[in-house]
Amino acid sequence: MSQPSPENSTAEPGGALKEAEGRLHLALRELGRTSWVITLLSIFVALVIGAVLILATNSDVRETLGYFFARPSDFFVTSFEVLRDAYSALFRGAVYDWNAASPERSIRPITETMVNAVPLILAGLGIAIAFRSGMLNIGGQGQIILGATFGGFIGYSLQLPMGAHVTLAVLGGLLGGAIWGGIAGVLKAKTGANEVIVTIMLNNIALLLIAWLLRQQWFVQTGSTQPISAPVHESAQLFGLLPGSFRLHAGILIAVAATFLVWWLMERSTLGFEFRAIGENPDAARTAGINVAKATALVLIIGGGLCGLAGAAHLLGTEYRLTGGVAGSLGFDAITVALLGRSKPLGTFLAGLLFGGLQSGGVLMQAQTGASVDIVLVLQSVIVLLIAAPPLVRTIFFLPSTDGTEKKKNPRRRRLRDSEAEQAASEDKAETTQGAGR
Amino acid sequence: MKLELQGVTKRFGTFTANDRIDLSVEPGEIHALLGENGAGKSTLMNTIYGLYSPDEGQILLDDQPVDFTGPGDAVRAGIGMVHQHFMLIPVFSVTESVMLGYEPTKGPGMIDFAEARQRVRDISAQFGFDVDLDAKIEDLPVGAQQRVEIIKALSRNAKILILDEPTAVLTPQETDELIAIMRQLKEAGTSILFITHKLREVRAIADKITVIRRGAVVGEATPESTETELASLMVGREVSLTTEKEPATPEDTSFEVEDLTVLSPTGKVMLDEVSLSMRRGEILCVAGVDGNGQTELTEAILGVQEAASGSIRLDGQDLKGLSVKQRINAGIGFVPEDRSTDGVIAGFSITENFVLDQYDQRPYSNGVAMRHDVMRADAQEQTARFDVRMGTVDDPISTLSGGNQQKVVLAREMSRNIRLFVASQPTRGLDVGSIEFVHRSIIEERDKGTPCLIVSTELDEVINLADRIAVMYRGRIVGIVDGDTDRDVLGLMLAGVPADEAKIQAAQHQTALGEADEIADEEAPA
Repeated sequence: MSQPSPENSTAEPGGALKEAEGRLHLALRELGRTSWVITLLSIFVALVIGAVLILATNSDVRETLGYFFARPSDFFVTSFEVLRDAYSALFRGAVYDWNAASPERSIRPITETMVNAVPLILAGLGIAIAFRSGMLNIGGQGQIILGATFGGFIGYSLQLPMGAHVTLAVLGGLLGGAIWGGIAGVLKAKTGANEVIVTIMLNNIALLLIAWLLRQQWFVQTGSTQPISAPVHESAQLFGLLPGSFRLHAGILIAVAATFLVWWLMERSTLGFEFRAIGENPDAARTAGINVAKATALVLIIGGGLCGLAGAAHLLGTEYRLTGGVAGSLGFDAITVALLGRSKPLGTFLAGLLFGGLQSGGVLMQAQTGASVDIVLVLQSVIVLLIAAPPLVRTIFFLPSTDGTEKKKNPRRRRLRDSEAEQAASEDKAETTQGAGR
Repeated sequence: MKLELQGVTKRFGTFTANDRIDLSVEPGEIHALLGENGAGKSTLMNTIYGLYSPDEGQILLDDQPVDFTGPGDAVRAGIGMVHQHFMLIPVFSVTESVMLGYEPTKGPGMIDFAEARQRVRDISAQFGFDVDLDAKIEDLPVGAQQRVEIIKALSRNAKILILDEPTAVLTPQETDELIAIMRQLKEAGTSILFITHKLREVRAIADKITVIRRGAVVGEATPESTETELASLMVGREVSLTTEKEPATPEDTSFEVEDLTVLSPTGKVMLDEVSLSMRRGEILCVAGVDGNGQTELTEAILGVQEAASGSIRLDGQDLKGLSVKQRINAGIGFVPEDRSTDGVIAGFSITENFVLDQYDQRPYSNGVAMRHDVMRADAQEQTARFDVRMGTVDDPISTLSGGNQQKVVLAREMSRNIRLFVASQPTRGLDVGSIEFVHRSIIEERDKGTPCLIVSTELDEVINLADRIAVMYRGRIVGIVDGDTDRDVLGLMLAGVPADEAKIQAAQHQTALGEADEIADEEAPA
């Protein structure tokens, strides 16, 4: 067609990817709008599904099922007891153990929850910033590894005075994550590379990088061939906040501060205004004079920095020694934390605490009742699945659609969007479980 | 075939889009459905076409009640629809487009192309359509694409044809051809339901006019009604169709575009060495059918699109190499063509949208942190001045109507000191009241001494606003003419005819709409 026409621009190569990105934007925006009610109901549904699995895997319950028609009451009583024990153990392991031998052990669970939550919160905040800016940062894992590597190396290879050393190590972790996120950010900004693909690949690179580093003597500084580094010096460790056997460290203070700072950044600063604008509508942002490329790069640099901070806090506060599995499944759990927290700072903080609690509670639940710790993974996954598909939750509880403007007008499109969100969630989950299978 | 609607009601949630609509279209009648944007015209059409099922009331064809579960039923019953945005596949030929979905076959799975071609040829011959059966859709001008849509409907034996805003994308000359086609179809006994908000056309074409407002029928009219009467009926109050303005008092030249060329990402020339200059205190309207380079022109001025060559100078300053932000801060006020994608951020509050391109400037920020109290206060003051109807400035802008959203955009761009105002389709999709307001605001801005560059595809708007008119065709400026140039001349220029020749041609041949205007002018003093 010789006549210039705007329609033709969609036919250019890469148009399909562009469109997919547009739909990703839509899905991310939808996620941000899910109400608190949906979040709570999702947690409730997850507990119900978890309960079914606990019962199904419990041998006592199965036994009562054998003579269910003779004495059904046995089944119900046993089921009740098993569930009560399992979930109370989960709670006692996560918050307060009233059965513990000493007062110190009674309050230990909540501190363990916080210890678990520190890296989840910090990395979750990093992911949440990207979400709200319309980007899907799958690279938390790699950024955490880099943060731990930088922080750890500074921690055990340098000799510095008390305060300065730990500060430098933490900042080093921040820098490491920022560099790793920044690679994806700059590539996206300069070349339009899809951040999902780039960050996933950078995760692999980070894993291989740390595996290689741990085989280098100048790096591990242990004199042994084990792929594990020397412990960080005490001057570089995040100091404990409580005396005795408690592991709670200053990382929780960093997490609280970071939560506040991220809130200020997103809600009060001009930079955050740019981030939110490109997240909601990059075209309008560009027309309004916002440098979309620069903001895109900064989103992933800052997000990566927060993930790096998570890695550093995890290493300097809990692990002390760098290993290949230092990041565990943190990077992927952080994605679910950010989703559950609806990408808001306070929400992410609370979601991080919840997931931290599920982890510490799951251990006690398995030890005391025999319900598998994997139930926790099921709970986490179901929660996120439901959060990602609000219409599903609304259907389960017969809630009206919140969106009054949602008409019959575009039913196909709506369905498409929802199935996409669901799909995205199940993909996340696949990643998570994969990551968890250390 | 006779189409009758009895008390058709359609609700979406608590919103009643159609409220007990009664309507009857006699065989061989051209019936115009006139209403503003958002009056419920499209909902009604979709109900007739089976896309929606009415909550109450019924649809009768030849006095028999019908119940459509989808467009397929409607098509079988003899209803054809030509949508405002054509449902055609660009790479298909005319024949393929027409038979799509109703392919004649010979044997299992074998398309009978000969039969399909014959059918298209028959219909074309019957109504004197001039289409090339093998031409690709994408190579056809818009008017011809529309004819393909009409042939498509007729090939399915449509006895009732629904045309949704058929003239929105046509030049006056193409509109003229469409009117001729409609009259032929009428002769052949086809009933036509013709949806529009353009008053001139209604008067020139329709046998009967039904006016709807806020989902309900508010009156019927005949083509003899004056435009003012129709407009008042449509809007519900007295309206003036033209905006009062003093003659321009242009001062010194302050904005110049020279040999500006813009390429598409694939390297196609979208804007071809365009030059124009503007003086302070004048409105230059850029007229043209959609997609003739107007978008590229405005976007290159703002810097969203890069210019391949040429220069843009504002108050002597070359804008080359400046970022969008620097250009905005140099004094360009910009109203983008597509409000919802480029103009506002739907999820942001009214306040945030109000400062969208000033968020990092004083007094709204100190460069790092934003000052919400100042933002809110200014947003409150300016939205009141621009008469934005809203709850509070903290509501998301998506809660506002299109007209009010556009007022927020205008408030944003006009409440600071600007040295050039650029607006693309400033009234697209707005109701008459908002259009009046936008036009008045633009004229006020002009009277403050700002050069105003207004891009519009609506000739009515161009004629109403312009001190001078630049007509664009295929990326070039065909000519720059005075604001009071005759409609028919402009129409020919829109199709690429140079100004001088257009004047000669227009004098020789008058369009149907032009004729109707003249008759109206003669009647008016009486």
